[in-house]
Amino acid sequence: MKNNARMEHNGHHRQHFSYAEILHLIEPGSTVLDLGCGEGELLERLIRERGVRGRGVDIEERMIRTCISRGLSVFQGDLDEGLKDYTTNSYDYVILNHTLQVVHRPDLLLQEMLRVGRFGIVNFPNFAHILNRLQLFAGGRMPVNRHIPYEWYDTPNIHFCTRRDFEVLCREMGYEIIRIIDTRNGKRRAPFLCNLLSTEVCFLLRGTD
Amino acid sequence: MESHAPADESARQDGNSNDLGPIASGSQSATVPGSVGIVTPQDYTFGAPGKGITLEGGSEFGPITVRYETYGRLNADRSNAILIQHAFSGDAHAAGYHSAEDRHPGWWDNMVGPDKAFDTKRYFVICSNVLGGCRGTTGPGSINPETGRPYGLSFPVITIDDMVKVQRELIDHLGIERLYAVAGGSMGGMQALEWTVRYPERARSAIIMAATSRLSAQAIAFNAVGRNAIVSDEFWNGGDYYDGQPPARGLAIARMVGHITYLSEQAMGMKFGRRLQERANFGFDFEDQFQVESYLEYQSDKFVDRFDANSYIYLSKAMDYYDLGARFDGLERAVQNCNAKFLVVTFSSDWLYPPYQSKEVVFAMMRQGVDVSYVQLESPYGHDAFFLEIDRQAPLVSSFLEGLDEK
Repeated sequence: MKNNARMEHNGHHRQHFSYAEILHLIEPGSTVLDLGCGEGELLERLIRERGVRGRGVDIEERMIRTCISRGLSVFQGDLDEGLKDYTTNSYDYVILNHTLQVVHRPDLLLQEMLRVGRFGIVNFPNFAHILNRLQLFAGGRMPVNRHIPYEWYDTPNIHFCTRRDFEVLCREMGYEIIRIIDTRNGKRRAPFLCNLLSTEVCFLLRGTD
Repeated sequence: MESHAPADESARQDGNSNDLGPIASGSQSATVPGSVGIVTPQDYTFGAPGKGITLEGGSEFGPITVRYETYGRLNADRSNAILIQHAFSGDAHAAGYHSAEDRHPGWWDNMVGPDKAFDTKRYFVICSNVLGGCRGTTGPGSINPETGRPYGLSFPVITIDDMVKVQRELIDHLGIERLYAVAGGSMGGMQALEWTVRYPERARSAIIMAATSRLSAQAIAFNAVGRNAIVSDEFWNGGDYYDGQPPARGLAIARMVGHITYLSEQAMGMKFGRRLQERANFGFDFEDQFQVESYLEYQSDKFVDRFDANSYIYLSKAMDYYDLGARFDGLERAVQNCNAKFLVVTFSSDWLYPPYQSKEVVFAMMRQGVDVSYVQLESPYGHDAFFLEIDRQAPLVSSFLEGLDEK
């Protein structure tokens, strides 16, 4: 059951956030660590289209195997164990692609990301999207919809947050928000009423020093 | 650490027949689908006096005969060769059968063959017995040409490094400049690692399974018990026993200790539990034999028939000595010139070569910008998992080998 959910989860984020958006955030030829890399599609595109040197981390054997068959370098590991074995500033970018909401301590992982990488790229589903609000408000139940296809008791997503929540966290932790990309159903949208209308958001962050 | 014995034995005892089906049934031999068929071991001798290899211990040693087998065909540009390095009690016979009547395939037969992980339709696979061994390559049981008698303890102390040097001589002899991959588990994994450090330009990739850059104190301690059992045997005679009875009991006990370390508590529980071998209830007469006891007896009896006690001492000591980081003033320095692309595989219940030790190597490589992938397979089988988790490890290995041509 849990595995099924995870697999769906990984299939799910492919539809919902355009990798092209992340691709454009990354300087060609840089180094990238992709946390929660899944089947390695993003990493493969980064290598092919942006000429990065990159590696992925994922917890699932099946994902790792797919990455390996793509010729990617991957590490099977648990992000909840942190990045203690990674040297400070050893990557230009550390990416957390649709994974923030599944880790135990998003704040600590964020801190580690911006220690290991000069820049952090984080995308996640915006829980404050109007559809979620309506379901919670009108139905009085946790939202289940195409963006959040899980029942509350069986979901990999243990830490939902809203676009605004994340902005506040970044500010509190002293990270510079360089860019925010708002999307709706995988397509970029104009930046108005973002916390209400964006289904998914992507932050480009820089650490304090 | 294991060889043929546990792979087919475990499969038999578990009733777990998946890839081992034809082996377990023993119904056919050379005609088994996916088998490399009948193979003939070959020997290569080099190192006449003055032209031997310089051992890590400082002395020069030769002549050396290497026993090896090959499977598949070397392609025209000699770029598809894979060297498989065997574990402690393994040998050159990695796959196939030695005759039409032979019922026991090589020790990694479920990984090496047509359409298997090391696909012999694509790759030319080589496996040689290690220096110091007793399965065809020069070791303490070989005849010293100077004296006409077996070396015994006059055989020089050898190391993992020395084993690899001998392999390089063989690879040179076969006319292969750069291997497509080196691959091994346990002591074989140590050799694969050593190969990539010592000869960075001579392997495109390395597959290192259930291995470490250095044994833990606990692992050394178990090896020490094994060696003590051997040297305490009344027939050991300072290693000079080749004219008479071998120290079989000592070697058998050493093997029993070894076997305990290759399995996990859970694996033993699953396989044997507390069941008795021949009785339903205790007789309280010391005649009761638990299944696990009978397994150890059986395994060790088989082992003493094919293994030399002195080789046990030399090879186990070689593993104990191995400490890649110490030799280079740190693991990171050791791996900094590595050019190969690595796949490191560990097994969650392996307490002899625990995953954290492999991870130390992996992180050192990552910090040095070496191209490395790491997989930790959840498995209950302990160290022996690399003989048993074929269904999961085979696709990893084959996709890694295929992935080399990606990008």
